[in-house]
Amino acid sequence: MLHGYLPAILGGLGSTLSVAGTSLAIACLFGLLGAAAKLSDSPIARGIAQTYTTLIRGVPELVLMLLLFYGGQIALNALADRMGWGYIDINPFAAGTLVMGFIFGAFLTETFRGAILAIPRGQIEAAQAFGMTRGQVMRRITLPQMVRHALPGFTNSWLVMLKASALVSIIGLDDMVHRANLAAAATRKPFTFYATIALIYLALTTISILALGYLERRYSHGVRKVDFR
Amino acid sequence: MIDFSIIAETWPQFLKGLQVTLLLLVIACASGFVLSVPLAVARVSPRRWLSGPVWLFTYVLRGTPLLVQMFMVYHGLAQFEAFRESFAWVAFKNPWFCAWLVFTLNTTAYTTEIFAGALRATPSGELEAARSLGMTEGAIYRRILLPGALRRALPQYGNEVVLMMHATAIASTVTLVEVTRVARDIYYNHLSATESFGVAALIYFVLTFSLAGLFKLIERRYLRHLRPTAAGVA
Repeated sequence: MLHGYLPAILGGLGSTLSVAGTSLAIACLFGLLGAAAKLSDSPIARGIAQTYTTLIRGVPELVLMLLLFYGGQIALNALADRMGWGYIDINPFAAGTLVMGFIFGAFLTETFRGAILAIPRGQIEAAQAFGMTRGQVMRRITLPQMVRHALPGFTNSWLVMLKASALVSIIGLDDMVHRANLAAAATRKPFTFYATIALIYLALTTISILALGYLERRYSHGVRKVDFR
Repeated sequence: MIDFSIIAETWPQFLKGLQVTLLLLVIACASGFVLSVPLAVARVSPRRWLSGPVWLFTYVLRGTPLLVQMFMVYHGLAQFEAFRESFAWVAFKNPWFCAWLVFTLNTTAYTTEIFAGALRATPSGELEAARSLGMTEGAIYRRILLPGALRRALPQYGNEVVLMMHATAIASTVTLVEVTRVARDIYYNHLSATESFGVAALIYFVLTFSLAGLFKLIERRYLRHLRPTAAGVA
């Protein structure tokens, strides 16, 4: 099937999924940090978080990827040179996922910030009145409830990120698009391979929508829906 | 740190790239808008044979990466010999045509869903009032539903135009020399990221906020009725 390139494409699917999955984990980290900074009392932390989200959302993902990927490597090697560490060979997977995570962390910052704000203030005050520490309030009150409010925005960011992960082929990662490029060049059947991976992406988005929709329903158990009829 | 001699030497290239970026944005958004309005009307139609195909179109276009769509059209269609020998090939071997086609279809899919959402949000009283006045279906759309829905859609539509502007960076993969391609060429010539991608990022950043400002102005004009009044009560 697919002129013998099916295993290669499926291998590419694996690396697309690991790029997107790892980037998502990193993005969640940046998103939580960003949301915490935006809601903090420190004007410096708020300023940094505000600059981060504004800058990232004003520039195309591809340009940010190229800038951070190549710029980061140059900066790191200049630093290594000065410190006398010698040439550092940066792992493209690590650099690519870090860059993707950093970019989409800005989008998740807004999602998480909104979700935290959606939790009634009284609950946090009550928790503090019980003598819970900041960490306990976060773990027991805020995090479990913000999942419900964050899920729609999170689903959206994940879908955008999954599709944007196709761009890592441009900075030299061996993902599904890169495998399709190679197979298309070798067999001179570009349509076959690009259509195949398009269908795989469509399947991935469909599964994501269904799975996250299920989670959304689970986390909204006990929340009454408004009936407009 | 920053080598300003490179910037001084390359800014005319960026200026040309900016023109290409803006031209791509304008042609894609203009044709996308023209297509989205009737498609949104079809999308909210109770007739399945009308809304079904539009749903499928937006679902597929929104569920696949733009880069893959671009490769499918620009590199992919050459696979078919009959197509290469047909008269359509004159258009499809041109990267401008392919970029215009793919960007238009892509933004049409997103814009159709935005407009359809705004149509669904029409207060039912407006529709009832129009019907009780004996307006025809066409007049209701022209005078009541579309003017209201397009206004409601403005903030989201502005967002989509900004995203489309960012998406034009994908044209750099099919030989069009827009801002991102200019940056990539400068990077390969000078091997410095700040003076190439940094400048490109700055250009996109300024464009993003100019577009956002432009839509703020348009919203001020068309969403005037939603602005809070000084007295608090209208």
